[in-house]
Amino acid sequence: MRDRPHPPLRGDLPGERGGENLKVVGRPLPRVDAAAKVTGRAMYADDLLPARTLHCRILRSPHPHARILSIDTSAARRIPGVVAVITGSDLPIKFGILPVTQDERALEHEKVRYVGDPIAAVAATDEEIAAAACDAIAVEYEVLEPVMSINAALGVPKDERIQDYGGPNNVHKFVALEFGEVEGVFERADHVREDVFFFQGNTHLPMEQHSAVATYIDGKVTLWSSTQVVHYVHRALAKVLELPMHRIRVIGAAHGGGFGGKTDPFAHEIIVAKLAMMTGRPVKCTLTREEVFYAHRGRHPVLMWVRTGVTRDGQITAMHFRTALDGGAYGSYGVASTFYTGALQTVTYDIPAYRFEGCRVFTNKPPCGPKRGHGTPQPRFALELHLEKIAHDLGIDPVELKRRNFVKPDTRTVNWLRVTSCGLEECTEKVMVASRFRERKKQAGHGMGFAISSYLSGAGTAIYWNDMPHSEVQIKVDRGGVTAYCGAMDIGQGSDSVLATIVAEELGLQPADVRLVTADTDTTPIDLGSYSSRVTFMAGNAALEAARKMRALLVEAVEAGGHRFEDVTFEEASILAEARFGTLATAGSYTPPKIAGPYKGSGVGPSPAYSYSACVVDLDADARTGLITVNKVWIAHDVGRAINPLLVEGQVEGSVYMGLGEALMEEQAFRKGLHKWPSMLEYKSPTFLDMPEVETFIVETIDPEGPYGAKEAGQGPLLPVPPAVCAALHDALGVWIDEIPVTPEKVVEALRRKEKGEPARYGPSAFPSIPYPPTIKVEPPPKDPSATAASI
Amino acid sequence: MAAELGSRAMFVAGGTDLFPKLKRRQFEIDTVIGLDFLPREIHNGSNECTVDAGVTLADASRDAHVNARFKGYADAAGLVSSPPLRNAGTIGGNLCVDTRCNYYDMTYEWRKAAGFCMKKDGDICLVAPSSPRCWAVSSSDTAPMAIALDVMSLRLRATPEMRSAYVKLRRRGSIDFPIAGAAVAAQLDGDIVTSCRIVLSAVASYPLQATAAEAFLKGKRLDGEAIDQAAELAARPAKPLDNADLTHFWRKRMVRVVVEQALHRISDQGAGFDG
Amino acid sequence: MKNELARDVERVVLFLDVNGERRDLLLPVHKTLLEVLREDMQLTGTKHGCELGECGTCTVLIDGRPELSCLLLPVQLQGRAITTIEGMAHGAELHPLQTAFAELGAAQCGYCTPGILLSARSLLESNAKPSRDEIREALAGNLCRCTGYTKIIEAIELAAGRMK
Ligand SMILES: Cc1cc2nc3c(=O)[nH]c(=O)nc-3n(C[C@H](O)[C@H](O)[C@H](O)COP(=O)(O)OP(=O)(O)OC[C@H]3O[C@@H](n4cnc5c(N)ncnc54)[C@H](O)[C@@H]3O)c2cc1C
Ligand code: SF4
Ligand code: FES
Ligand code: FES
Repeated sequence: MRDRPHPPLRGDLPGERGGENLKVVGRPLPRVDAAAKVTGRAMYADDLLPARTLHCRILRSPHPHARILSIDTSAARRIPGVVAVITGSDLPIKFGILPVTQDERALEHEKVRYVGDPIAAVAATDEEIAAAACDAIAVEYEVLEPVMSINAALGVPKDERIQDYGGPNNVHKFVALEFGEVEGVFERADHVREDVFFFQGNTHLPMEQHSAVATYIDGKVTLWSSTQVVHYVHRALAKVLELPMHRIRVIGAAHGGGFGGKTDPFAHEIIVAKLAMMTGRPVKCTLTREEVFYAHRGRHPVLMWVRTGVTRDGQITAMHFRTALDGGAYGSYGVASTFYTGALQTVTYDIPAYRFEGCRVFTNKPPCGPKRGHGTPQPRFALELHLEKIAHDLGIDPVELKRRNFVKPDTRTVNWLRVTSCGLEECTEKVMVASRFRERKKQAGHGMGFAISSYLSGAGTAIYWNDMPHSEVQIKVDRGGVTAYCGAMDIGQGSDSVLATIVAEELGLQPADVRLVTADTDTTPIDLGSYSSRVTFMAGNAALEAARKMRALLVEAVEAGGHRFEDVTFEEASILAEARFGTLATAGSYTPPKIAGPYKGSGVGPSPAYSYSACVVDLDADARTGLITVNKVWIAHDVGRAINPLLVEGQVEGSVYMGLGEALMEEQAFRKGLHKWPSMLEYKSPTFLDMPEVETFIVETIDPEGPYGAKEAGQGPLLPVPPAVCAALHDALGVWIDEIPVTPEKVVEALRRKEKGEPARYGPSAFPSIPYPPTIKVEPPPKDPSATAASI
Repeated sequence: MAAELGSRAMFVAGGTDLFPKLKRRQFEIDTVIGLDFLPREIHNGSNECTVDAGVTLADASRDAHVNARFKGYADAAGLVSSPPLRNAGTIGGNLCVDTRCNYYDMTYEWRKAAGFCMKKDGDICLVAPSSPRCWAVSSSDTAPMAIALDVMSLRLRATPEMRSAYVKLRRRGSIDFPIAGAAVAAQLDGDIVTSCRIVLSAVASYPLQATAAEAFLKGKRLDGEAIDQAAELAARPAKPLDNADLTHFWRKRMVRVVVEQALHRISDQGAGFDG
Repeated sequence: MKNELARDVERVVLFLDVNGERRDLLLPVHKTLLEVLREDMQLTGTKHGCELGECGTCTVLIDGRPELSCLLLPVQLQGRAITTIEGMAHGAELHPLQTAFAELGAAQCGYCTPGILLSARSLLESNAKPSRDEIREALAGNLCRCTGYTKIIEAIELAAGRMK
């Protein structure tokens, strides 16, 4: 294994593109799809209606856990207007996002595992008929005992387990790793503290309901979908439909919001493709809002236990972190999620010895998966509050204590993660000064809280093991026009604009001059899609390489003609180059460096670069009612380089919004085996009136490997918000709410306990006893930061 | 016409309550009879005011006269749902809005999965399984205020001493139905309460009148202490159940707070006619 | 709107004024304005997020005021002026709100954008210089999951400033 040679550093860039002479990078230009979006012209998947389209509805399980005894579709088939009805036996092949958990079927015919599990699908001439036909399908069930909590899943199942693989009882996955020796260190520590926390599950709630349209023409399936990852949908379709990849084309339609919720391949995508193949007609399925709650793949509920040893002055000496994740009924990204609940603690704080034990269980709920921050907001919440409490124990200012433990740039963590650029200090200073945090006065009912975070700029390893690039870009220039091709999917974060900006910068154009073809498996080269904040970094680097090659061709042709590149127009340059070289096409690709540590499970956590954030929340809290009003949020984010500051601010503000929603009101709750409130009225997403002012600071650390130094902005800034809210609440009322969301009733209860002289907190009382397997001991990396796995 | 069609027909005004319920199959009917032909005006007299049932909540909440004399009513109308819903929703519809329950205001598929309850298609109550009756919550914002104002067919009458206030509790600043609310209308002579009505929203199946608190306040000076005690009395009969947002324990506790806030508003307010 | 399997649904002939153009339609009575705009008129700029009146995504203007197209029946709308996002620009020239939204990045995924633009337009027509709180009040029925609303508020302020 070797480190990939770094792309040139800022200072090493050729010519005027070095230094700060950037023309379009760094400017607050409108996004390239802005006009389409403000005029209603952008075509989202549900806006597509090819001629003769059939409408599909899906029959779903009304039971959280049951065996299917029989399915009778005959009455449904007789309804006029019904063209096709399918069940699980039509789509028996299992799929799933991770190769190790291929446990889903597009339609279940043996067993259902949550209310909403798909059983049968109908294609009809309109939606009403399709729905009526679903109603007419008779299913006989043998109802099984549902498993609805982590504790229940750890126990012996009454009937049978939910999935037939995994650990004991309903355990899906265990992780147990130790880097260095923690126990001895705890013994020697000046102070050791233990805490238990719970982070409730919540969901993405994209405004756009998932939708997919498929056609089948000349033996070839074409699918338009609101997906974040055309490539993974492509793979799943090929597997389940048993078609070669080249007979399937997946196109990402304009995208109405993902946040991680459209990163798995979904049943409805496979179903419409199958129905199109059977009927020869276009078939469309748009999920209802209720079905979107069942599609889920949202934030895992996580129970956490953490023990930390510190010196008298607050230096962390060792940490032991345990997590238990409520995974819902299927694997989804769960194995990765489990690792993520333990991976990034070390990326913000220097932890010399670290032990992590994680466990994911199956329950009879819609599957959990990746939501903004994938598996890391929960431990971030726990870790930040835990350190806050340690600071209180020691009588040290919490900001100061955290600061003493900040990781340093260009180091390697005890679990082998490579940290390069790191703007933690700068971010902290920005929010401290702007919020006047240090000058705040103690005042009952008013509080301020501080927290930090870090996140990946793209996962260092792909979902399925391979040595190929993670992103590829091709550029074509002819007769003065430029087109860039890339499989990346713009889900609203602005990845198309980033690609156009990078190509424009290199070629001396404006982003609006660059035509883009993206997210189409037929016409664009691979990109692994919009998850793990990878697109700017990876597709950006691929675009940079392709554009620099193109620029080199243009420069060479212009100079051969006796001119300087700077003196001719782009059109002139392109004509000279096309005449000289023929077809002008260049390509670039990006493969992340192989920097994972030498142990099993090291694939989750490494990233070519980490973003950093710091946040201060100011709130008022009423002791009598427990009601909280957030007055203002200050947030500083180390994005490496803001390729477009408007997009970065938008990502940061949106992250703060979602973080506040999670902190204060959002909750994927269940009652009697059912989702308690699968509606936008009862699932509380903050309105205009619930959102405070946000002051955003962009910190640029110019990452050595990011395109122009860029890292990520879409996920990291969500993470510090929930713990900062809780720290502020403690500042205001003197109680700890160790459980997300912080609802007024929990605040009132904590205050009541405080009054009675009990511990002034609300939260889980204990962490269950979990039969973790023996811990795998991993030698920490040598202190020399340049050392790699290979050199050990 | 409605009589002819019987239970298979329903009136619709703004449709903002009825249509979502039809989509969720909480009612199954063949015909809706539009009430667009009904008058929709606010008639302002010198000390009374008639609001036609067809007036939208937005118009009622913004009307200068209604605001000046029936502050509580204007506020209640302005706190219903969200701006676009208030542009369509009417005050007539708001008075008749169906009772709510989060076992019931769900899609057909969800209700089927949960097991139908007696309010529609079933025979038990899922909130209180041993109960012979339905506990769905009266969730109109303006109905309690109308009762507090002693309104007959939306004829709002004000005397010079008339004051009114409505306080609504909900999770978000908009969209959400009340999870507790207090409508108060009172006449004061100086700071002595001469008459008073306190009606609670979202704590029972109907707007709940707090008669003990009303009787207590009559003849009292409306000061902090009286407000405290009245609020305590008003909250006592409120029995929220676990079928709306947040826990019923907390909601019960909040009834006192909203009543207190509404009474404070009354005490801070000038009389109805100085607006 | 879902009903029973009444296949012999009653149909009505309607004349609707959409974006200043008269449209003649033959429609099942129970079809919502949202469905009619999107399916019968190909005006897909109007989006939906819940179809139950809970999210504001489907907002259109009826006689200049925002209402939810998922809860409106076209039969109720004869003679009323319906404005959708497609009717917001003046020919090829964008409305100042559209320009401001584009310039400030107020549309991310863009899915809530049509509804929010129309609500904002209605606000500015009755209040040329709204305060931040007035903007929040007026738009409180329109949810957005991407932006945190900040840039939307700024864009409305920018447009209001320019429109004077
Ligand atoms: C997301 C959402 C949030 C909401 N939030 C609130 C809230 O916070 N507070 C609240 O109070 N309501 C709320 N509502 C309910 C509803 O919007 C309002 O109650 C509204 O005022 C209903 O008026 P409408 O004209 O739309 O009624 P419609 O839906 O037209 O009618 C409601 C009922 O009243 C009957 N009716 C209507 N007019 C008359 C009349 N003139 N004579 C006899 N019967 C009549 C109808 O037959 C029907 O049974 C909400 C609705 C939604 C979808
Ligand atoms: S209170 Fe009981 S009967 Fe009434 S709607 Fe709710 S569950 Fe049904
Ligand atoms: S689609 Fe959500 S309000 Fe109409
Ligand atoms: S921009 Fe995506 S929902 Fe508002």
